[in-house]
Amino acid sequence: MTETLLTISGLTKAYPGVVANDNVSFEIGEGEVHALLGENGAGKSTLVKMIYGLVKPDSGSMTFQGKPFAPPEPRIARALGVAMVFQHFSLFDALNVAENISLGMEDPPSQRDLAARIREVSETYGLPLDPFRTVGDLSAGERQRVEIIRCLLQDPRLLIMDEPTSVLTPQEVEILFQTLRKLTAEGVAILYISHKLEEIRTLCDHATILRLGKNVGTCIPRETSARDMAEQMVGSAFEAPARPDRNLGAVALDVSGLSVTSPGTFGTSLRNIHFTVQQGEILGIGGVAGNGQDELLAALSGELTTDANAIKLHGSPVGSFGPTARRDLGLLTAPEERLGHAAAPDMSLTENAMLTAASREKLMNKGMLNWAKARIFANRIIEEFDVRTPGPENAARALSGGNLQKFVIGREVLQRPEVLVVNQPTWGVDAAAAASIRQALLDLAAGGAAIICISQDLDELMEISDRFCALNEGRLSDIRPALGLSVDEIGLMMGGAHGMEVSHADA
Amino acid sequence: MLTLEKRPQPSKFWTYMTPLVAVIVTMIAGGMLFAALGKNPFTAIGTIFWEPLFGEFSFYYRPQLLVKGGPLILIAIGLSLGFRAGIWNIGAEGQYIIGAICGAAVGLAFYPAESWIIFPLMVIAGALGGLLWAMIPALLKVRFGTNEILVSLMLVYVAEQLLASMSLGLLKNPEGFGFPGSRNFQQYASGHNAELITGSGMHWGVVAAFIAVIFAYILLNRHILGFHIRLTGQAPRAARFAGVNPKLLVVFCLGASGALAGLAGLFEVSGPSGQISIDFNSGYGFTAIIVAFLGRLHPVGILLAGLLMALTYIGGEIAQSNLGLPAAAIQVFQGMLLFFLLAIDMLTNYRIKLTNRRVA
Repeated sequence: MTETLLTISGLTKAYPGVVANDNVSFEIGEGEVHALLGENGAGKSTLVKMIYGLVKPDSGSMTFQGKPFAPPEPRIARALGVAMVFQHFSLFDALNVAENISLGMEDPPSQRDLAARIREVSETYGLPLDPFRTVGDLSAGERQRVEIIRCLLQDPRLLIMDEPTSVLTPQEVEILFQTLRKLTAEGVAILYISHKLEEIRTLCDHATILRLGKNVGTCIPRETSARDMAEQMVGSAFEAPARPDRNLGAVALDVSGLSVTSPGTFGTSLRNIHFTVQQGEILGIGGVAGNGQDELLAALSGELTTDANAIKLHGSPVGSFGPTARRDLGLLTAPEERLGHAAAPDMSLTENAMLTAASREKLMNKGMLNWAKARIFANRIIEEFDVRTPGPENAARALSGGNLQKFVIGREVLQRPEVLVVNQPTWGVDAAAAASIRQALLDLAAGGAAIICISQDLDELMEISDRFCALNEGRLSDIRPALGLSVDEIGLMMGGAHGMEVSHADA
Repeated sequence: MLTLEKRPQPSKFWTYMTPLVAVIVTMIAGGMLFAALGKNPFTAIGTIFWEPLFGEFSFYYRPQLLVKGGPLILIAIGLSLGFRAGIWNIGAEGQYIIGAICGAAVGLAFYPAESWIIFPLMVIAGALGGLLWAMIPALLKVRFGTNEILVSLMLVYVAEQLLASMSLGLLKNPEGFGFPGSRNFQQYASGHNAELITGSGMHWGVVAAFIAVIFAYILLNRHILGFHIRLTGQAPRAARFAGVNPKLLVVFCLGASGALAGLAGLFEVSGPSGQISIDFNSGYGFTAIIVAFLGRLHPVGILLAGLLMALTYIGGEIAQSNLGLPAAAIQVFQGMLLFFLLAIDMLTNYRIKLTNRRVA
């Protein structure tokens, strides 16, 4: 191995009530791709923020290129050669690529010189990008390129990437990986944060695994199975969801010619969507975020009403009904955004149980609410779905993401849905909780319910769905049996490389 | 260094404590204000809070507490429904005026006939008047997405012009020797909102206020509509998901607050005030906004806040006449109450932490 680039020893950072990092140590060598693994809340973000100078450690030290390293702010870290690509892009839609990049620079060169440098860098690393295109017109993958090029213009020695593939199709991921390999060949080290284990196995040389802020192990991903890594992350063995046999029944939900104009300015309108789901079936809908997932959920939940015949539940048109009427008929939904959409943050769990279950669970009589019954129902959700909370009178926002997600899914599952639509059911949920949520969906389908699972986690969709399709710019792809679909096929259904040509031919 | 830290959940303790702390801080700051005006702050604060309740002339002031508090509570209860849902009716003053005009017009139309039915008809007309006036911002918001704050506020000034026109024109007392203003309901038994128990200050408007408190309490805590109102205010997207029709809610909240403000206007014009006159309105509609927030938008809180606000009104008047405090100083004092309430309100969701100043 080559020389050590960054050494981290004994970094500790505590926030009120939680130790985010507890005595974490590891090394990154030059030209190495080092993975940082861990569940949500394991302390990955805090750690990289300390390296990037956004957060000051309470104790511990770092050395970078052999010298003591304690960046008081990101500007200093950047000057020393540390660059970071954030999970959420900080780009202005209305400006073009070169303008966006110059905004982040200490003393930007003229637009023409900058554009020339952008072209040069983008060609060198196989990241084709026109510096004069408006960012608002770029796909998620292309926006990420802007961020990467912004970093590369600083000639970094260490590039930190936070969940870079969550917004990419499989084809786009392949392009990204080729770029990263090219960078490492030049001696740039990459600190790669992800919880997609297969990706880490293909790309990374070493991995450090964090759990509850502690460094619980290192491994060489290529020689370790994904399952072993997952168990180290979680700290215990967990059951992969079992897939009980299911008998497909009659068509439960029939969507035909569904077109919806998005209410938001930056939303994606749905265009002529057709699909059916049978009783006992799970239909997986994949796609990169922002391709109409939220609109599809809103159209199915009744938040957006449509032509009555566009959505038929057991043969009767429900497209013009609102959410309450649809729930009464057995069409239940669980949106992606837990706080503020699926649940009211400041309300108690009892009140949040009332939120969707008032009518279907008979928690009210002629409009008068029965809070005692709602509390019993909330308690049932907490018990059956193992929601970790002191009690139903706690506010929703006091729960961790995973626990609230279990509550939200449990609330709908326990209402005995005929058709259940879930969007990102395990987003930001730890592996064990995700497995239990998927199990609940599989059991529900085994009981004869039809389930539509919208998700950006392809592994999840392949694990539970019978048939698969993808949303791409508001259109739904062909529906194919999930068994035996290759990653390439899935990628093409998701829209391929979203108009980004592969330019690694000469690599 | 002081820093604010968000609490994991709203503090129950501070939810109830903030109004009390706000009153105390207002007393201190108000005392400083009065001292700066050259008055003894203890006498001034004492005059405002003590004199009306336990002073020499309290037999006269105590009933006034109900007379002034009744309309404030009635209006504030209506406003609180909308405020809970994030629907901001700032124009209760206008709805109050229109309610009074409509109610009075119905009553005067029957003059001099005497019948028990006249007063109930006036009550209905008053509520309808306020409701219709509130429907203007409601329907504009639902149909065209206009801002209800601006529209309802502007309509206050339209209502004031109408009031002036009515007291000079259509509703002018024909036997009034040319003076502006309508006939006086205190001299028209069928249309008079008289004291129910002599010397208590209790009239039908106060009864209506108490009933409104009870209804609002049940609505907000026990009824799906109240639940949806609270939900809409706290998480509009979750409310839509729960099945709330936001447009209907706008119509309901503005309608309810308009009707209650209209009722307050009618009870005032037919009782304590007695007649439609150019300066009939005295700012109850605006003060009720303070009352609603001082009462934490909670029906029982509003009941207490309404009485407290009435106290500062009455005490303020005494302070004006006895100590020669300017009226503006009293208004500043009342404004401080809302100011400090909103400021201290932060403690419900945040706690203050002392941290070591970071060595730069």
